[in-house]
Amino acid sequence: MPDVVAFVGQIWDRLPSWQRWIVRLAILVAAVLAPSNSVGRIMAPSSDWKTILFQPIGVYILLAMGLNIVVGLAGLLDLGYVAFFAIGAYGMATLATKDHWNFWAILPVGVVLAAAAGVILGAPTLRLRGDYLAIVTLGFGEIIRIVATNSNWLGAARGISDIPHPPNIDHMKAFHYGVLDPKPYYYLVLAMIVFVFVVVRRLEHSRVGRAWQAIREDEDAAELMGVPTFAFKLWAFAMGASIGGMCGVLFAAKEIAITPDNFQFLLSVLILAAVVLGGQGNLPGVIVGAFLVAWLPERFRNLQNYRVLIFGASLVALMIFRPEGLIPSRKRRAELQAGQGGMGHLGAEVVADIEELR
Amino acid sequence: MSEPVVELDALTVRFGGVVALAELSLSVEEGAIFALIGPNGAGKTTAFNIITGVYRPSEGDVRVIGASVVGRKPHQITRLGVARTFQNIRLFSNMTALENVMVGTDARHQTSVPGAVLGLPRHRAEERDGEAVARSLLEFVGIRGVAGEMAKNLPYGDQRRLEIARALATEPKLLLLDEPAAGMNPAEKASLQDLIRRIRDDGRTVLLIEHDMSVVMTISDRVAVLDFGRKIAEGRPAEVQNDPAVIRAYLGAPADAS
Repeated sequence: MPDVVAFVGQIWDRLPSWQRWIVRLAILVAAVLAPSNSVGRIMAPSSDWKTILFQPIGVYILLAMGLNIVVGLAGLLDLGYVAFFAIGAYGMATLATKDHWNFWAILPVGVVLAAAAGVILGAPTLRLRGDYLAIVTLGFGEIIRIVATNSNWLGAARGISDIPHPPNIDHMKAFHYGVLDPKPYYYLVLAMIVFVFVVVRRLEHSRVGRAWQAIREDEDAAELMGVPTFAFKLWAFAMGASIGGMCGVLFAAKEIAITPDNFQFLLSVLILAAVVLGGQGNLPGVIVGAFLVAWLPERFRNLQNYRVLIFGASLVALMIFRPEGLIPSRKRRAELQAGQGGMGHLGAEVVADIEELR
Repeated sequence: MSEPVVELDALTVRFGGVVALAELSLSVEEGAIFALIGPNGAGKTTAFNIITGVYRPSEGDVRVIGASVVGRKPHQITRLGVARTFQNIRLFSNMTALENVMVGTDARHQTSVPGAVLGLPRHRAEERDGEAVARSLLEFVGIRGVAGEMAKNLPYGDQRRLEIARALATEPKLLLLDEPAAGMNPAEKASLQDLIRRIRDDGRTVLLIEHDMSVVMTISDRVAVLDFGRKIAEGRPAEVQNDPAVIRAYLGAPADAS
């Protein structure tokens, strides 16, 4: 079977810079025009297309881009990513309902809160590797949700309601944040996706991206070549967490009410699935992966509960026939073919490394 | 040619009940090519791992240019001016040769995540300089043509050279080479010797572990011999070669240790 993705990748590599900009612009225009009824009839005949464009599609894409920094770039398996989404959402909910802050004031606070949570989680745990780190992060994700469930101040199981929308901008329909029209929220999440895309691209093509990749490939060698591995792993956690937090603030502002049930472990798993099946470490791949994970169950809503079965089966099939993901980064593909992906190192492997250094 | 670049002071390392190094004292002068030899398991690589901070010594001290490295993290020691290669090549296999060397140059760079995100001029200058330095180092070790190749696709000899280039990129005062000639043919060995001399002539000090006696005897200014974690001899190559204790250690060792 010819590899269409690799073929398109080769064409892209040969395009001159100005043609690439035209393609990027075209994609952006398509994204801006996406919330229309005619597109919706094809993409989501049995759901409200404009609503699902924001949640789950936009939200999943943003979360997947954040988790991709941790899992795809730095190679750290995080199973509790939903915690940072929850922290952003609860930050918005409490500050807006109790202290009457405005959405735009809370947004940076939510980002900083989530980043701080990432550092607090990372500082003691990033000394662990592979499976052990995965278990600790899984625990962290559950702790945040359970704390929210048991804290009366956070509304316990009922959650927090009457969360205000972002303030409107007069005379501009695209910036009227009401209850009925999801389009303004979609444009907001789209802007965030573009912003995060630029930030991540810059990180990838700098010493930071090189350090993350070096850590993924051989952490001990990276440290010995002068890479402060702990600091860079912490940066990966903080950057990933802050994107999750940002997404959480927006989510809460749109949904009016949030409950701990919005932040189930399943969401962490779905986002991780999006990153892995799209092609971890590669932004376009991760975006496509998140889109499919969010969109496919909505598209086949008319099949009722069979849709979950089909969704699961297609995930399994994809991982069998294309383990490197739909649009893999070239490096990740090479790593997988060599059977040495950065994710899920076993403890025994670390011991073997130490033996070898001896 | 007088100040010691690295000093091991009564260094003892124990792994459980095994004594890997026993009160090893060693001093390498600036600008020297110093060889550490000995049978397998004598503690040579352990000494490298102590100097670079992979292990902490059980007793004793290690000073690099006067500063103790005990308790420092490996990346901090790298910034002090120590770089190394590995006995079993440990390149970043899925990065290009150029990127491997650039990881080394980054050890000297100041800007990090904020600089990269904001695209600060200083960050961009560091990236440009890093690439230029990396390219010139690839040329220096003689593999300029493979800059864009993935490290794992390089021939064995080129991988060894790439490891040396990556280590040099951290601007070390002391370069530790762990069996650089292993697996090389005579022609490759000759050009490796030439490379090591050029590294020294650039003002760096070289400490190497090597089993190939022809290489050791040709390029070393000084040789120390380890056996079961103890230093049994030290001196100029010719002196060490005729030392009865050294001959005894080698004759009692497995055949592949020559």
